[in-house]
Amino acid sequence: MIRYVARRFLFMIPLFFGITIICFSVMHLAPGSPTDLQTEMNPRVTAEMKERLRAMYDLDKPLHVQYGKWLGRLLVLDLGVSFSPDGRPVSAKILERLPITVFLNMLSMVLIFLIAIPIGVLSAVRQGSTFDRVMSVVVFVGFAIPTFWLALLLMILFGLHLDWLPISGIRSLNYEYLPPAAAFWDFLQHLILPVSIAAFGGLAGLSRYMRSNMLEVIRQDYITTARAKGLPERIVIYKHALRNAMLPVITLLGLSVPGLIGGSVIFETIFSIPGMGQLFYMSVMARDYPVVMGILVIGAVLTLIGNLLADVSYALADPRIRIS
Amino acid sequence: MKTDFWYRFSKNRLAVAGSAIVVLLFFVSLLAPWIAPFDPTAIDLKNILQPPSATHWFGTDQLGRDVMSRMIWGAQISLKVGFVSTGIAIFIGAILGSVAGYYGRWVDAVIMRFVDIMLCFPTFFLILAVIAFLEPSIWNIMIIIGVTGWMGITRLVRADFISLKERDFVQAARVIGASDARIIFIHVLPNCMASVLVAATLGVAGAILTESALSFLGIGVQPPTPSWGNILTAGKDNIDIAWWLSLYPGLAILVTVLGYNMLGEGIRDSLDPRLRS
Repeated sequence: MIRYVARRFLFMIPLFFGITIICFSVMHLAPGSPTDLQTEMNPRVTAEMKERLRAMYDLDKPLHVQYGKWLGRLLVLDLGVSFSPDGRPVSAKILERLPITVFLNMLSMVLIFLIAIPIGVLSAVRQGSTFDRVMSVVVFVGFAIPTFWLALLLMILFGLHLDWLPISGIRSLNYEYLPPAAAFWDFLQHLILPVSIAAFGGLAGLSRYMRSNMLEVIRQDYITTARAKGLPERIVIYKHALRNAMLPVITLLGLSVPGLIGGSVIFETIFSIPGMGQLFYMSVMARDYPVVMGILVIGAVLTLIGNLLADVSYALADPRIRIS
Repeated sequence: MKTDFWYRFSKNRLAVAGSAIVVLLFFVSLLAPWIAPFDPTAIDLKNILQPPSATHWFGTDQLGRDVMSRMIWGAQISLKVGFVSTGIAIFIGAILGSVAGYYGRWVDAVIMRFVDIMLCFPTFFLILAVIAFLEPSIWNIMIIIGVTGWMGITRLVRADFISLKERDFVQAARVIGASDARIIFIHVLPNCMASVLVAATLGVAGAILTESALSFLGIGVQPPTPSWGNILTAGKDNIDIAWWLSLYPGLAILVTVLGYNMLGEGIRDSLDPRLRS
């Protein structure tokens, strides 16, 4: 097992370098130099000061030297300083916003699993039934619906017409004056719409995946054996079949990380949630390059970690993987 | 084989409904200059944010422009983005996939690691980051969506190549002295078209969704050029007074994406009934 984990970990290292090379190349797509933004609007900046600024960011050195220095700083989590007026370190700006994004994504992932797995299993067990047909239509629509549009519709319905749920932020304005229980309820209310929207995108994919896994497992010989020895159908399905059909889902956990993180840009922007996605969007709009690069690297590294965790848990759950 | 395909295709309800939607949209966007009732960019400040009526079927926006006309022109933009960006993705994916599958060994290893690396990036992050550095024009959007969306096609083409390259017809081509390029592009690649076609149809749907999300966030197609996504931005800005700005463009995106997805699934089922899920 340890050897397996070590091998997966070693496998990640070249991927990590690849990620940094791509990020570094994206950074150099910009026409002109990234320092122009700080200097071109300021008439008092002389050519000599521009040079000094360029030297400060190592822009006067050859590309491979720049990459080496950038990578060196990256490894100690020094992502530079934001271009925005506050001029704070990028890593601090990201770290203070990371928890809410990770929390929301974990919550929606739990929701996805709680809903999609029963749907997939039931559809497979009752293949061709009304439930299965209705669900396959729902899944088809789920694949095609733009989540930001769904968010708008739900905001109009629940936020404006029914006035049940708040539509922006994660806290009410009077949050600080509420007793703890009411404050917690306030927080939950703010989460309902964003989390449902974030989860919706993954529901269709996972329930369909679960359905086809289950259909495949049900046709296996060991299921016939279980039935032949007279086990009740309930045990055959929920004990013998489900456990095997669930295995590949673990991999899907890892694979769904980039989609969820990418999606957080959309729902955090729509619902004004102060997470990493919103910071990314604002930095893109403000051309705050250091922050954009920082989040791009972190998003990819989070995906890498997600994949590693999925591989390891798969190996823990399925001995066939770690032996071969 | 061909007649089998068309027979199954015409019996497949998904495929028929999907192609009806796709063909209809194609005509709408082609005929946009003639069927749009109003000029999509004509500002009419006396009639701002009018609800749907007999003259303005889908109402007007915050500048008094006719929403239906903007949506008809928006269809053209969506299809353009969908087709061009998918074309780019297929071009890159087909070349990298066939080279990786045909040559194998280290060429394959390098290309597939590159695919793995690209898959580590949340696609939407990568697209946004690139846009931060470039101007958000419609051409840049198409290129970026294409350049970040070729990985799936590479894997498909590679898998096809690996199974096809051992076949007799490839050996025969080699024996008569055909060059590698000729074997790859004339003999083997056309045999991968089935899976590429399905992926491409689904890819168009994905590209349309991505474009609309980008335009909605204000970093895709720029106003005054109409796109379904940027009409929805106006819908969000006027969310409490003008529901029609939010409802209709989203519905258009939904139906379009649904159409391409159904067509793609329909083609897959008709090509090989055994693949039915």
